[in-house]
Amino acid sequence: MSKIHVTTQVNGDAVEFLCEPDETLLDVLRDRLNLTGAKEGCGTGDCGACSVTLNGRLVASCLVLGAEVAGSAIETVEGVGTADALHPIQQHLLDHAALQCGICTPGIIVAAKALLVQNPDPSEGEVRYWLAGNLCRCTGYDKIIRAVLSAAAEMRGENA
Amino acid sequence: MKQDFKILGTRPARPDGLDKVTGKAMFGADKSVTGMLHARILRSPHAHAEIVSIDTSKAEALAGVKAVITGDDFADVESRWTRYTMQNCMAQGRALYDGHAVAAVAAISKTVAAKALKLIEVEYSVLPHVTDVDEAMAPGAPVLHEGVKARKLGDDVSGNTVGYYSFGHGNPETGFAEADEVIERTFKTAAVHQGYIEPHSCLADLGGDGRGELWCSTQGHYMVREVCSEILGIDASQLRVTASEIGGGFGGKTTVFIEPVALKLSQKAGKPVKLVMSREEVFRASGPTMSSSIDVKIGMSKAGKIKGAHAKLRYQGGAFPYQMVMMGAMSAFAAYDLEHVQAEGWDVMTNRPKMISYRAPGAPMAVYAVESVMDELCQKLGLDPIDTRLLNAAREGTKSSYGPTFKAIGLVEALEAAKAHPHYSAPLAPNTGRGVSCGFWFNFGGQVSVSMAINADGTVSLIEGNPDIGGSRASISMMAAEALGIEYDRIRTIVGDTASVGFSDVTDGSRVTFAVGIATINAAKAAIKEMCKRAAKIWEIDAEAVEWVDGAAQPTGHNAGDFPPMSLAEIAAISGKTGGPIAGHHEGAPDKAGVSFGVHMVDVEVDPETGFTSIKRYTAFQDVGKAIHPAYVEGQIQGGAVQGIGWALNEEYIYGEDGLLQNPGFLDYRIPVASDLPMIEPVIIEVPNPGHPYGVRGCGETAIVPPLAAVANGVAQAMGVRMFELPMSPPKILKAL
Amino acid sequence: MRYVVAKDSRDAVALLNTGENARLLAGGTDVLVQMKLGNKTPSLLIDIKSINGFSDIFAENGGFRIGAAVNGAEMGAHAALKAMWPGVVEAVELIGSTQVQGRATMVGNLCNGSPAADAVPAMLAAGAMARVEGPSGTRDMLVAELLKGPGQTKLGKAELISSIYLPARPEHSGDAYLRFIPRTEMDIAVASAGVNLVLDASGTVADATVALGAVAPTAVVVPDAAAALLGSKLGAQALEACAAACAAACSPIDDRRGTVEFRTKIAGVMATRAANIAYTRAGGQL
Repeated sequence: MSKIHVTTQVNGDAVEFLCEPDETLLDVLRDRLNLTGAKEGCGTGDCGACSVTLNGRLVASCLVLGAEVAGSAIETVEGVGTADALHPIQQHLLDHAALQCGICTPGIIVAAKALLVQNPDPSEGEVRYWLAGNLCRCTGYDKIIRAVLSAAAEMRGENA
Repeated sequence: MKQDFKILGTRPARPDGLDKVTGKAMFGADKSVTGMLHARILRSPHAHAEIVSIDTSKAEALAGVKAVITGDDFADVESRWTRYTMQNCMAQGRALYDGHAVAAVAAISKTVAAKALKLIEVEYSVLPHVTDVDEAMAPGAPVLHEGVKARKLGDDVSGNTVGYYSFGHGNPETGFAEADEVIERTFKTAAVHQGYIEPHSCLADLGGDGRGELWCSTQGHYMVREVCSEILGIDASQLRVTASEIGGGFGGKTTVFIEPVALKLSQKAGKPVKLVMSREEVFRASGPTMSSSIDVKIGMSKAGKIKGAHAKLRYQGGAFPYQMVMMGAMSAFAAYDLEHVQAEGWDVMTNRPKMISYRAPGAPMAVYAVESVMDELCQKLGLDPIDTRLLNAAREGTKSSYGPTFKAIGLVEALEAAKAHPHYSAPLAPNTGRGVSCGFWFNFGGQVSVSMAINADGTVSLIEGNPDIGGSRASISMMAAEALGIEYDRIRTIVGDTASVGFSDVTDGSRVTFAVGIATINAAKAAIKEMCKRAAKIWEIDAEAVEWVDGAAQPTGHNAGDFPPMSLAEIAAISGKTGGPIAGHHEGAPDKAGVSFGVHMVDVEVDPETGFTSIKRYTAFQDVGKAIHPAYVEGQIQGGAVQGIGWALNEEYIYGEDGLLQNPGFLDYRIPVASDLPMIEPVIIEVPNPGHPYGVRGCGETAIVPPLAAVANGVAQAMGVRMFELPMSPPKILKAL
Repeated sequence: MRYVVAKDSRDAVALLNTGENARLLAGGTDVLVQMKLGNKTPSLLIDIKSINGFSDIFAENGGFRIGAAVNGAEMGAHAALKAMWPGVVEAVELIGSTQVQGRATMVGNLCNGSPAADAVPAMLAAGAMARVEGPSGTRDMLVAELLKGPGQTKLGKAELISSIYLPARPEHSGDAYLRFIPRTEMDIAVASAGVNLVLDASGTVADATVALGAVAPTAVVVPDAAAALLGSKLGAQALEACAAACAAACSPIDDRRGTVEFRTKIAGVMATRAANIAYTRAGGQL
């Protein structure tokens, strides 16, 4: 089995890697690019912990092959914000105590950011349905939903 | 015991928060080292089978394979409980459930490891199996292990019955005779899984000299060290275990499933080995909680007074002996002040994965059955469910149904808050019902160690030994700050590895904020004592004439001397000249954890055409003693409530006639998703625990206990038909309609 | 396993024809899961997303042609398509999570051969046509003619579906798709129904198609259920007859997702509720 050479962009940086033909984007990110922010909770697209955006589209990176992403633009949680410059979603999750164990948090952040790009003013129901593929077992979702709604309000300039 | 606090009760950011929102936090599977191997486990495709032979030669011959192990690689151990754990990690002689580990490989890549698994040839001889609790308990059932039947049991139950317990006082039959209405019902609840999103993961490095390093996702790394060192036959001191950030546990990570396997592979290969479970493996081969079959009989007077109560709990806990029905029997009637009560429990083995704790282990199903019968009695007698519970509620001085006499408890306060809440009087829409249930959990103390260093720059480094599963580093830092009288952000609390601080029990039993809190306060006291001594030395007065007020040493009065207060930072800055580093530590086993009661109220809507149940409104009241960080206390209440909702409505282990698990994935093991739920309103009630300096009881577990019956009672109100089986999935509800 | 990007559909067909254990990869939300769980072990994976036109939605003869690699999110964002065939689009949008929507395709949903596939009853109700390309050329056939059984289709050796055509539709028409799942999201349909209605000027049903999912080895068109709606304004009697016809058409299985009894009962519920939605969309007043 020969490896495939892939050139792509991750969090704005040009990267290249070699991967097995059946290796997922999630494995590439974690094992080859040392970006362990995306997590494997199921490997079958049912939990959302591995969420990234691929050319702006929210996807489960466990259901994408590394070989498929040549020439694409990928964003992971590591590209959303830094400790010095948190994205409002990250800040509001912290402020609302919306993480307990934190394993689902990277996926929630990436997914919520993708939502607010296309819908800056979502209803509670829209947030809940958009995030239905991001399982959280700790929080009962309440504080996560509130954090996303208040981050959205801040981003709209409503409580800035 | 009302106290004024500066820091407790505020909501500061958690110390691990930034790392967790930026993807930097290191969970179990996030660590890699150079030269490490990847391991995979081969699992039984049978519910019960003799392992006739295992041929690993082809796998061993595959290029890139560095080690293959089977049960034969593990030597016997002295303790039978450790042996069960070991044989659960790797079968010896018999595969006892679908998914039971039978061999493992370590190879240079995941791909090679996967290939090697397919080359291992196992010859099985299939044996009869049993997965249902009632069938397993019946005489004649296939017995999992001979010679472990509980003493004092007769021939009416099979050898799978490994435990029997009975709690109570008075004579329930006397009570039933005095009652105006007696209802007896039988319930069944399915096994459910903790459903943590992070699969079990570890990275093991064990050298030929018996020295080892183990990194793993666990609720208790000291437990991992004790169990693994015994299984591997090495000294505890030589195995250093570091707990990764943990992606959820809920009790499911209070034992080991893969760590001894990774260590053994590493020992054999002479290289570090990384072992990560797949989600399918988590469902098939970690530890779900018990399924149950329960009879409850309660007699009540017309006025709503419980005259007699009796419960029989039969729990199924998988393929090895275990002891957990006791918790159910103790919890069943804990909410009530009863004259005649008995709760009996039987622990039963089956061909399923060995159960492990799940949040308030054993209590939710017992309380579900009791609170369902309570609701039916209220319905039948035309009584208000909250008034009736208030009439019978346990309170300070009540002799509990499981023995001890309650000290200050907050059940009455929780019930009164529920009654006064607008939710209770809100109008109900058509096809909607409102359910109420009480819930209870003991909370525990246990062994704990804390080490606190006062740094020269006036900051504090605190090391504790309990993995933080829900924000405990924040609450521990807050208690340290409160005790020392300094700001929260001057403290950094870390979870030390097993070589850096003394033994600590597992993070379970809602014990961490209580027990680590006490150790932290005592460590702070020790540091304060030393700081007062240093100030006394500088001032040249007696140490007894110095007291600690608001984060500074000061003379106890003018007679003691006239010196301006010296702050912690000032004392710390010159500590090198006044006797060296200042620290405080505490090791102990606090045992005065306070029991916690909760009351949940839920509005459910049932679609009469499909049996689909939706949760419309949910309010959870809970006495937590003292909420150190209220936001994380609310989170515990909300999270517990939602796990309970999942248990009530859709979660279940589904076994076929063949004894194989049919739904080992998040697609068909249906935990609640965001769109299934409304906001969950938590109402914190604070009746301080006299056993903790700040009143802490522990709050993590109680909230999963009431939802099962609350939802079931709501469904019964909504459709006028009562369900006696969990989960109340739509096909069952539609059938009942 | 090899991974190859097909340059055009002829290339893809040729690759399928090599005799290797080949699978097509569009969104990958089925095939990659099957590979992960060890249910499928292809030796060749043919990525068809780069093929010209496969990722496009075209207006054609008053209807829409949807390429085989168009994902659910793209269909949902296409306002004109959604306005014309809201039932088909909502069916596709129900497949999996938002993350899955970013990848999953309607053609993939069809080719996976699941009796519970969400898009299929909606396509059956809509009279959707599949364009099939293979070694012997290109042909158009009704989606209904492609259904075979669990995990199977009637596609021939080395054949693929390059697009789906949703035809133009008359005035006063509307479609809808509903499924029953135990949660609100993230589940496979336990029973489902796609309904397509055409009304006359008075609001009477002039033409109808009713299709059910997850209640038989394949999704099924139920002519008797449609006949029950014809000539009605979806009064109680018509809906009752429709539900009864649905129940009669069910031959489901008991499994971890639902019982025979349950599926049979709710198939009609889904159909009548979907009919109501389709009726309203067609401009009818309930």
